[in-house]
Amino acid sequence: MTADTIQLEIIAMEKRRKLYSTIGILLMIAVLASGYGLASSMNSGSFLNGLEKFFDYPGEIVREAWEAGSGFFALVLQFLPALIETLNIAGAATLVGGAAAVVLAFLGSSNLGVKPPVIISVVRRIMDSMRAFPELIIALFLIFILGSSPVPAMIAVAFHTAGALGKLFSEVNENADAAPIEGLESCGANWLQRMRYGVLPQVLPNFLSYFMLRFEINVRASAILGFVGAGGIGTELRRTIGWGRGAGDETAALFFLLILSIFAIDQLSSFMRQRLVSGKAGS
Amino acid sequence: MSGSAMTIGSREHSAAGLGVYPVVRRNSLLIIAATLAVAAYLAYVFVAFDVAGLIAKAQPMRATLLATDAVAHKVHVTKFFRGDTQTVVAVEGERTATYATPPDWVRIADNTTAVDLGGGYRVEIKDRQLVMETPDFGPIRATVTGRGVVTQLPEGQSAPEWLRATAAKFDARPTIGRRVQMSRTRVEVHRYFGGWENFFFPFRSELTAYSPMEILRLAFSPERLQADTPNWKLIGHTFWTNPDWQHGHVFIALLETFLMAILGTATAGLVGLPLAVLAASNFTPSQILRLAVRRLFDLLRGIDMLIWSLIFIRSFGLGPLTGALAIAFTDTGSLGKLFSEALEGVNKQQMEGVRATGANRWQFYRFGVIPQIIPVFISQCLYYLESNVRSATIIGALGAGGIGLMLVETMNTQRDWENTLYLIVLTIGLVMVMDTLSGKLRRRLIQGR
Repeated sequence: MTADTIQLEIIAMEKRRKLYSTIGILLMIAVLASGYGLASSMNSGSFLNGLEKFFDYPGEIVREAWEAGSGFFALVLQFLPALIETLNIAGAATLVGGAAAVVLAFLGSSNLGVKPPVIISVVRRIMDSMRAFPELIIALFLIFILGSSPVPAMIAVAFHTAGALGKLFSEVNENADAAPIEGLESCGANWLQRMRYGVLPQVLPNFLSYFMLRFEINVRASAILGFVGAGGIGTELRRTIGWGRGAGDETAALFFLLILSIFAIDQLSSFMRQRLVSGKAGS
Repeated sequence: MSGSAMTIGSREHSAAGLGVYPVVRRNSLLIIAATLAVAAYLAYVFVAFDVAGLIAKAQPMRATLLATDAVAHKVHVTKFFRGDTQTVVAVEGERTATYATPPDWVRIADNTTAVDLGGGYRVEIKDRQLVMETPDFGPIRATVTGRGVVTQLPEGQSAPEWLRATAAKFDARPTIGRRVQMSRTRVEVHRYFGGWENFFFPFRSELTAYSPMEILRLAFSPERLQADTPNWKLIGHTFWTNPDWQHGHVFIALLETFLMAILGTATAGLVGLPLAVLAASNFTPSQILRLAVRRLFDLLRGIDMLIWSLIFIRSFGLGPLTGALAIAFTDTGSLGKLFSEALEGVNKQQMEGVRATGANRWQFYRFGVIPQIIPVFISQCLYYLESNVRSATIIGALGAGGIGLMLVETMNTQRDWENTLYLIVLTIGLVMVMDTLSGKLRRRLIQGR
């Protein structure tokens, strides 16, 4: 094979790649354009009409909040318990789901010597199906049986969290250094001891970082589930929005609380995650 | 990863031979303290959520009911005492699914209706009186009189727990699959059968009578059932417009949910990327601009998908566009932040190499930057697509439409749980298919090269 043929081949390959990426981009634009066309035609309100009205609603509630004056802050205080309930749903769900995820992750990692190996694939399938179950379905089902309460939302979010975090945790486990595990094994440590002293210290910072990220996601999920009857800030929002006009100041207060808390958690979790992963935390 | 603070430090180990023990002990204490704190918090939540009261009020009966009803269908035998006193036998009590000739377990003669519920349970309705026979309990009589429904138990027996008899209503459910109700105006007998009834074709359709193989043969047969349409078209249309299962509507709803997820994610990715360039310190020298774009990302993310959907539902009404925009707005913030972090970590050498060839601005980005972040771009977009399929079902339930709204509606009517189960199966199917596809694509595009 001469240099010329190689060069020709490279040029041909380059051309082919260019063609592919051009086709890909065109295809994507076509899909987007036709998708929005389709979506707009399926919508009950049209796009252009909606665009004009887009600022109407936020404007309305801001105006009503403004007119409420200092009463607005009283409203914010009044809704604080609802926010705490939502945060509790998310917190408890993340803790319970996270604990289940740790167990699942250790059983579902391929490098930790789980015996018999069948367990690994079984646990992985379990985690996959736990992730696939939309929270909404579990929540609706449990609300039907248990009645409107924060507990159905908590269980639904925890179930999903166990699957989602379990997968991320097991990926972290699989990247763990094998040397400490082997060292402990040669000292006669049993499986639990090897995990506790050989693996856990290595993976804990990453676990905590994912845990924090999940907490943030779960706060959002719990707020949304409130809307279908799970309690907390979502239920309050549904009530005030259902009233239509007149409750704009209450809606504004709820929006304010939700945005503020999500913003705070978002900033806090990204700050702490950065510290945890870059190893600047603690001692 | 290994160089983290929680590692049993090798520094301490070499410095003071046995100094590793205090470190291990301190870490153990820390773990115990954390566990205790978590337990205390969970106990508080247990009280705050009133779990004890909840368990007391729970209706586990509903779970059994739901589980049975979701995989079974019931046939109603109804007899009215006023007006038209004819006995009506219908699947799920639907007017469209009434038997022209009653099935062999229902015998109708003159003014007597005998219903065999199987397993020794029999009900006979004559005039305004009902006699219910059970295998382990004597015959129970109920009569509609001027004072209401009068129930007569066999002599010397007290009412069983599966019977609720008041003057307004007689309601007996000896097993989960058999139920007899009587009020002043009518008697209603339910018998449950396994399986989803009329799943493919409506009750009234002539196609219901054929077996699957016969349907397949019919589809390709030149002999037409209806002169003006080919058979395959007729079969397809009958299936699609089945009034009980509404396959057509369900499909459209799934499509709506899918559209929300894919349009929302694609828009977020395509808008987020150029904005991320403006937020990355190594591409945008202006600190004010960078800060402004970053706060914009925070704002988009902070105003949660819930709030965005509520705002968009107000202005755009129901439909996939609303959901797509809500997803797009939230995720532009999330993806933009991720991309800007990825952009700040790109390799300078490749960029400088491209610049040294005299590339213009477009070529600089095209060959120097984009190839480096395309793996992050694709993998993050696919991850978000997966989670957005689930989000789209929830946004739908808030009122944006799609399968989520359909699910909430069928659950709220609390009638046909088999429809609910059907929707649940389809939703989970959609989520799983999207997960698998995106996982395959991710491996292909990122590791395959």
